[in-house]
Amino acid sequence: MLNSLKIVYHQGKQYIPDVTTVEVPGIFRGRPIISNVKVDTEKLIEICPTHAINAEPVSIDLGKCTFCGECAFAFPDKIRFTKDYKLSTNERKGLIVSEGEDKPIDLNPDIVRKEIYRLFGGSLKLRQVSAAGDNSCEWELNAAGNVNFDMGRFGIEFVASPRHADGIVITGPISENMAEPLQICYDATPDPKIIILAGTDAISGGIFEGSSALDRSFLNKYKIDLFIAGNPVHPLSFINGVLHLIRKTK
Amino acid sequence: MNYTVVKNNQRISVNSIPVVKYEDFMDTIVSGLMQDKNNHCANYFGYHYESKIKLVCCIADDANHCIYILSSVVDQNIILPSFTAHNLSFEKFEREIHENFGVDYSDHPWLKPVRYPFNANDKSKTIANYPFYQIESEELHEVGVGPIHAGVIEPGHFRFICNGEQILHLEIQLGYQHRGIEQLFLEKKSLLQKTTLAENIAGDTVIGHTSTFAKLWENLCGYTTTPELEFARTLALEHERIAIHTGDLSAICTDIAYQLGSSVFGRLRTPVINYFQQWGGNRLAKGLIRPGKTNFPFTKELANKWYDVFNAYEPDFTEMVKELFDLPSALARLEKTGVVSTEVAESIGIVGMAARASGVNRDIRLSHADGLYEKLNHKPIVKLHGDVFSRALIRKEEIFQSIEYIKQLLKDIPENLKYETNLNTPEPGSFVISLTEGWRGEICHCAITDYKGELIMYKIKDTSFHNWLALALSVRNNEISDFPICNKSFNLSYCGHDL
Ligand code: SF4
Repeated sequence: MLNSLKIVYHQGKQYIPDVTTVEVPGIFRGRPIISNVKVDTEKLIEICPTHAINAEPVSIDLGKCTFCGECAFAFPDKIRFTKDYKLSTNERKGLIVSEGEDKPIDLNPDIVRKEIYRLFGGSLKLRQVSAAGDNSCEWELNAAGNVNFDMGRFGIEFVASPRHADGIVITGPISENMAEPLQICYDATPDPKIIILAGTDAISGGIFEGSSALDRSFLNKYKIDLFIAGNPVHPLSFINGVLHLIRKTK
Repeated sequence: MNYTVVKNNQRISVNSIPVVKYEDFMDTIVSGLMQDKNNHCANYFGYHYESKIKLVCCIADDANHCIYILSSVVDQNIILPSFTAHNLSFEKFEREIHENFGVDYSDHPWLKPVRYPFNANDKSKTIANYPFYQIESEELHEVGVGPIHAGVIEPGHFRFICNGEQILHLEIQLGYQHRGIEQLFLEKKSLLQKTTLAENIAGDTVIGHTSTFAKLWENLCGYTTTPELEFARTLALEHERIAIHTGDLSAICTDIAYQLGSSVFGRLRTPVINYFQQWGGNRLAKGLIRPGKTNFPFTKELANKWYDVFNAYEPDFTEMVKELFDLPSALARLEKTGVVSTEVAESIGIVGMAARASGVNRDIRLSHADGLYEKLNHKPIVKLHGDVFSRALIRKEEIFQSIEYIKQLLKDIPENLKYETNLNTPEPGSFVISLTEGWRGEICHCAITDYKGELIMYKIKDTSFHNWLALALSVRNNEISDFPICNKSFNLSYCGHDL
């Protein structure tokens, strides 16, 4: 008993007091800034493993980007990754960052379904479906609930059954073999319910785009309420994204 | 000689691999090589070859630090005698060959689908109709779990046959995670695409799989890995081991409802994975390993940061493991639970940490050491009981061992040379096998190029491919309520299995 208390004492305070403003350690690759410098765009586009870069204007689609950083190494004057981990939006096109822009990635409040604020503002229970996820996003979603990030303090939690959930969080590019279980899980979740896509693989297929082993047709059927970019999604990206969706900002 | 002998990462001409008649192929492997206890099957796969199927088998000799490679060409849809009837460790490999190419086996005891791949030979089989083993009995009942599990983890289906609370039989059905990744290695042409694929094989083993790919690719291109790259990869591999083992101890505590251990190990993991972010910008180390180069050279400053992290980690970790491994109520849940005996471990050919927990000394860092492991004079940690306790204890000891290794490495940081990529394209008509001891265990990648140097075959084998069967066997006669800790104690990869 005494030992346990000693251990507890040695932990000190581990939680991050303010998850919306804390700075991440090191050299995190978050929202990029693309300058107006002229570069060989063809070469730039060719580098990207997932065709996330487009020309005229030069832009990066964070829904496709794997955050490998190679474009920024090759063209440091053109592309710079900032430590901004707020990478969520409710419109697919909101994840596209163009040259000359330096503005936060934001939600479009006009298309947030009205019941979301009212019903889920204080408590949101989510069912996670890993649909061929590589276990990196899954790890980070688990980490979002640990004593450091502690998203439970906002009433956000993962639950064991879709019957207890207010929505689903999909990770992974959605394999053909997971298409049916995903549908069953969604159908089992009571209305009203939301869908969150967490990570590049879920949003666009990522590096798996074009694989014959995928079946992404589920995504064409429903409105996606939140896209959270990352490879994997950082716990802070996830928590901030969800908070932004369920709570009206003043 | 019916086989050729290679070292880990050595490139050979694909034509130098002997092609022998199937009877001789089988005889050499089953009655010859596999009779030696030091040998195990590192990989066995097929690929399309002039409208037939070429089977390539790689038997690793742990005592002589080499790998025997041999091959045989057989007709598609032919019926063959199986290796498995004589040696169970080939069980999954032959099922895969059967599933992908239609090769039938006359005496395979368990010829069921492995993963329902998109390119299966028989497309009429679907994952929803897996032929589970059944026992007709009034007394017994079945419990089905998954594919979607209660926690935030990958999908797979577990079907238990229970007698009351006791598990008689467990069958694990995978395939839900199948992404066609081996095929994508052939289709995606740029090196960065292939490297990104390697990083996404299993997101919890980014260093393990990506450095295996990087070494393979470098050797395929005739590039000698520089000491700087070897240093960084060895350090990262051991660091990844610490990170994941720490998380696993947390998960094991969670599953025995030991809140203190769960929270403390959980929060101890955070600075360890954050260190990867400080080094390479990603908590799971995506982006850190690149063939022929690195974007994040290791610096003195990074060494100091590592010491900062571990000066804080070590006392708290030491205190917590002491408490956990002295706690009778915890030990009661861990000891004699989920046992895999040495005999079973050897017969089904398990590898990695789980093998060492069952008294099988199998560790690529010793048996097929590359890079700096010889210098580190690696000694595998081996336990005898093969229970959850052994697998937890091994994690604890491997964490301390890896910390020591990194401290040794940090005494001699290679000077920062310029890191430039000047990789050629892969040599034509080549074969390379690359083995790495990831935190879970043995990882094996094999590649074959055509006459133009294009990949025509890329084969990935994660530790989990061997070890899922060990989990299924370990829970027999245990209470079903102990399944979660058994499962966590192996912590196997679904995506690494289904690819
Ligand atoms: S960081 Fe993103 S945009 Fe840049 S090359 Fe990598 S995947 Fe493409």
